[in-house]
Amino acid sequence: MSSRRSGSRQSGASRITDDQIADLVSKLQRLIPELRGRRSDKVNASKVLQETCNYIRNLHREVEGLSDRLSQLLASTDTDNEQAAILRSLLM
Amino acid sequence: MDLQNLNPSSLKSRFTARFLRALTEINAPKTISSSSPREIFQRYRRIKVAADKSMAYSVRSRRIWSRATLWRLRTRSRSRRLVSFGRRASVKTRTTASHGKENKEHHGAVLGVQAEELRELVPGGEAMDLCNLLDETAHYIKCLTTQVQVMRTIANLYSIE
Repeated sequence: MSSRRSGSRQSGASRITDDQIADLVSKLQRLIPELRGRRSDKVNASKVLQETCNYIRNLHREVEGLSDRLSQLLASTDTDNEQAAILRSLLM
Repeated sequence: MDLQNLNPSSLKSRFTARFLRALTEINAPKTISSSSPREIFQRYRRIKVAADKSMAYSVRSRRIWSRATLWRLRTRSRSRRLVSFGRRASVKTRTTASHGKENKEHHGAVLGVQAEELRELVPGGEAMDLCNLLDETAHYIKCLTTQVQVMRTIANLYSIE
């Protein structure tokens, strides 16, 4: 996974170019299911950021919903420690 | 989700292992009233915190957002142990805020309102310049989708009788 550092880490002499911004925006666009298929020149940056916010909010809601679901499930099963151990052994 | 071919050192594996461990701890104390609504809500809170924490730890503070999350969780747990006088521990890192503002005005003005909205959604976003904000957001989204994926898989597995 690339850990690209923008040149804006130093104080003062930070020259963020519009191209850099455009690149980062189109990288974001590819991650958003809503906008993935569209051509980047047809979706403006503002829209990308807007959809990004919506998408993050949706993901947060999903995490909350799944936490809720898990808390109900944990309360109802008796063999969860075994199941957790099985799950872990599948992954190692 | 293809469990067999998981790379042990991948983000997904690290998160899953940590989260499962946390779930086991959360579920360990079995009291008689383990299904009361209050207990369920407390468990919900602990699970959600465990999920966010597990992901932030799995990123190993290589990212501004993960460091901000861990910092926020640490301050929150510390303030809960103290007797609070109603003080909300929502202190944000402001050390680089002034630096971030310079760049914010230059490019942030172009993307104005949406960038502000995004800053509130991404942990530590307030102090990032626009470049970092966009970069961190992309990584944050990838991690969130992984988190959701794993949580859903675990929930489905627990749902099988």
